[in-house]
Amino acid sequence: MSTTPWRAFRAVLRRDVGLGMRRPDDALQPLLFALIVTVLFPFALGADSARLAPIAGGVSWVVALLALLLGMDTVYRSDAEDGSLDQLLISGQPLAMLCAARMLAHWLVVGLPLVLTTPLLAALLGMPANTIVVALVSLALGTGVLVAIGHVCAALAVVAKRSVILVPLLVLPLSVPVLIFGAGAVQATLVGLSATAPLLLLGAGLALAIPLAPIACAAALRLNAG
Amino acid sequence: MNPLVKWFHRFGSPPTFYRWAGRAQPWLRGAALLFGAVGLYFGLVVAPADYLQGESVRILYIHVPSAWMSLFIYLFVAANAFIALVWRIRISEVLSMAAAPVGAMFTAVTLATGSLWGRPTWGTYWQWDARLTSELVLLFLYVGVIALFHAIEDRRRAARAAGLLALVGVVNLPIIHYSVRWWSTLHQGESVKLFGESSMHESMLWPLLMMALATKLWFFASLASRAQLALLEADSDKSWVRDMLQPSVTQAAPA
Repeated sequence: MSTTPWRAFRAVLRRDVGLGMRRPDDALQPLLFALIVTVLFPFALGADSARLAPIAGGVSWVVALLALLLGMDTVYRSDAEDGSLDQLLISGQPLAMLCAARMLAHWLVVGLPLVLTTPLLAALLGMPANTIVVALVSLALGTGVLVAIGHVCAALAVVAKRSVILVPLLVLPLSVPVLIFGAGAVQATLVGLSATAPLLLLGAGLALAIPLAPIACAAALRLNAG
Repeated sequence: MNPLVKWFHRFGSPPTFYRWAGRAQPWLRGAALLFGAVGLYFGLVVAPADYLQGESVRILYIHVPSAWMSLFIYLFVAANAFIALVWRIRISEVLSMAAAPVGAMFTAVTLATGSLWGRPTWGTYWQWDARLTSELVLLFLYVGVIALFHAIEDRRRAARAAGLLALVGVVNLPIIHYSVRWWSTLHQGESVKLFGESSMHESMLWPLLMMALATKLWFFASLASRAQLALLEADSDKSWVRDMLQPSVTQAAPA
C-alpha cells in the first residue's frame, strides 16, 4: 500500500491530535494562561464595568494571541531534537502537507479550545452578548492565521538557541494585521457598526495562510534541518 | 565569457568584493558627507521656513530621507535574501545581514525625528495612526531578523533563515507606503512623487533630494565596511584572509 500525500497528511494529523489528547497540558496551559491574564485586568483597572466593557474585545484578542504564543517554540523543536524531523524530511512526502497537518492539529488542540472559551472570558469583562458572537467568529478565523504564522516562525527558529522571547518576537510584527482586524471587528460591533469588512479581511488572511504558510514552513524546515 | 557574466562572478567572490569594498568605502563616505553637508546647509539655512510650521519643518530634511532609507534597505535585505535562498550566493547572504542593522537604525531615526517633529506640530509625541504604527512594526521586523540571525550558530544557515523571515515580512512595505492613502491618518500624505509633479516647492525639494542621495551613499559606505568585517569573520580560515592580514615573508606585501 503506497502512501499518498493525503494519507501522510492524515497520519501526521492523527499523531499530533492523539498526542495532544494524551497530554492535556498542551491544551490546558494556554487556557489557564488566558483565564489568569483576563482576570488580572479587573484587578489592575478597577472593577468598574464601564471601564472594562469597552476594552474587553481588545483584551480578549491580546490574551488569545499571547496564549497561542506560549507553546509555539516547541512545535518543531522536540522533533528536531529526537530526530523525527529528519525522518519527516526524508520521508518522500511533500513536507508542506506534513506542516499543514501539524498546523491543523495544533489549531484543533490549542486554538479551538481557546476560541470556545472566549465567551466565558469576554463575559468576565462585561462584553455584551452580540459582541461575544462576533468575538468568537473573529477569533475562530484569526487563531487559524496566528497558528500558521507561529508555525512558520517556529520552523525558522528550530535550530536557534532556546529562548523564551525569540519566537514571540518573530511572530508579533507579522500578527499585527490579524490583531488589528480581529479586534477591529469586535470594536465595530461594540459601537454599533457592521463588522463585515474586518471579518472578511480576516477570512482573506486565512484563505492566504492555508496554502502559503505550509510552503513557507516547509522551506524554513528544509533550510534549518535539511 | 560575456563580460557582464564575468563581472558578476568576480563580484561574488569574497576576496574581490573585499578589495572593491575597501577601495569604494572612503569615496562613498566622502561623497555622503559632502552631499550631506551641502544638503543640510541648503535645508537648514537657505530654504524657507514653512508658513504654518515655522522652523520646525527643517526636521523634514532628516526625517524623510531616513524614512525612505528604512524602506529601501528593507527591500535591499529582502532582495538579497531572495538571491541567497534561490541561488545560494554567499555574498548575498553577507550583504543582506550586514544591511539589516543599518536599516534598523534608519527606522529608529525616522521614528525618533518624527516623534520630535510631532510635538510642536501635532501636539503629541506619538499617535497610533496607520503610518506611524506600520513604521514601528517595520522596526520590530528588523529587530526580529537581526535576533534570529544572531540566535543560530551556523552563519550561512542563520543568514538564510533570517532572510526567509525578512521575505515573509516584506508584505509590510506596501502597507507602510500606501497607509496614508488607504486610511485617514494624522500623517501627511505624499507630496513628493517619483513620476509627475511633486507638490513641494523646489527650494525645499532639492535639499531633500540631496539629503536622500547623501543617506543612500552613507548606507552603501556602511554596508561596505560591515560586509568586509563579515567576510573576514566568515572566511577567517581561508588563505585569502591569512594572506591579507599576515603576508608571508616570502611574498611581497599586497599593494
